[in-house]
Amino acid sequence: MDFVVTDAWYLVLGALLFTVGAVGVLVRRNPLVMLMCVELMLNAVNLTFVTFSRMLGDVGGQAIVFFVLVVAAAEVVVGLGITVALLRRLPGGTADDVSYLRG
Amino acid sequence: MVELVTFGLAAIIVLGGAFGVVLSRNPVHAALSLVATLFGIAVLFIAQEAHLLAAVQVIVYTGAIVVLILFVIMLLGIDRVDDVTAEPLRAQRGLAALLAAGLLGCTGLLLWLADGDADRMVTGRQSATAALRSDESNIAQIGRVLFTDYVVAFEITAALLTIAVVGAVVMAKRPSTLAPLPEHPDAPGAVPDDEEVAG
Repeated sequence: MDFVVTDAWYLVLGALLFTVGAVGVLVRRNPLVMLMCVELMLNAVNLTFVTFSRMLGDVGGQAIVFFVLVVAAAEVVVGLGITVALLRRLPGGTADDVSYLRG
Repeated sequence: MVELVTFGLAAIIVLGGAFGVVLSRNPVHAALSLVATLFGIAVLFIAQEAHLLAAVQVIVYTGAIVVLILFVIMLLGIDRVDDVTAEPLRAQRGLAALLAAGLLGCTGLLLWLADGDADRMVTGRQSATAALRSDESNIAQIGRVLFTDYVVAFEITAALLTIAVVGAVVMAKRPSTLAPLPEHPDAPGAVPDDEEVAG
């Protein structure tokens, strides 16, 4: 194997990170840790976009990453609001118990 | 050589942090592992000459989002709760392992079909939306593209941020009267008395 870092290595790293994040969302039950695993997946996608942006010579890929960052920040704000509302009422709450917030 | 060392170290940090997030029992350890992953990703951004994104990643992701998560962990006091990984859905671990095998299998298949050559893995057209130029700085290019080609999306994300802030304030407000909760096996006997902590 030649040891020149090609773009394929970045893409594979992004795929591995996405896989770890996806498995984490499915396996963990603490809502905060699930949110962190979603952030892992978003970062994997960001890395893939930047790699493609460099491979295809297109700065639009980096602009998309900018928007993904903004949307991720908004999503974390809302997700933490939901988590605070849940855990204030139900201190041992997990993601299964969000239905208690109904109404 | 420099790029190989940079990539190797950053990849180890990124994957080590990712496994730390998924496998840590303590949520605070998971948040700190996430910080490691985000810094590794920022290093990889710089290695790919996306300087603005690396800076924004450190400031927004590491400096705001993870700090917000740590605030919530400390506010709710759940760092003391050891996350016991009991599983209510019996098949969930197996299905997660199946998903992981599927994703890794797809990645391996793609690598095998393209013989590890990245140019054959990518099917897009060169510079389809906005050409990456080498004479202008990265910040200037992204700024120009954001304010000309993608200005509508830019304004919509500004509105989205406002909506998110309003929604979070509404959700986190304490209700004036708390309705009684239905029976739950893990809930304590009374509504938790934490006004002096958060009020």
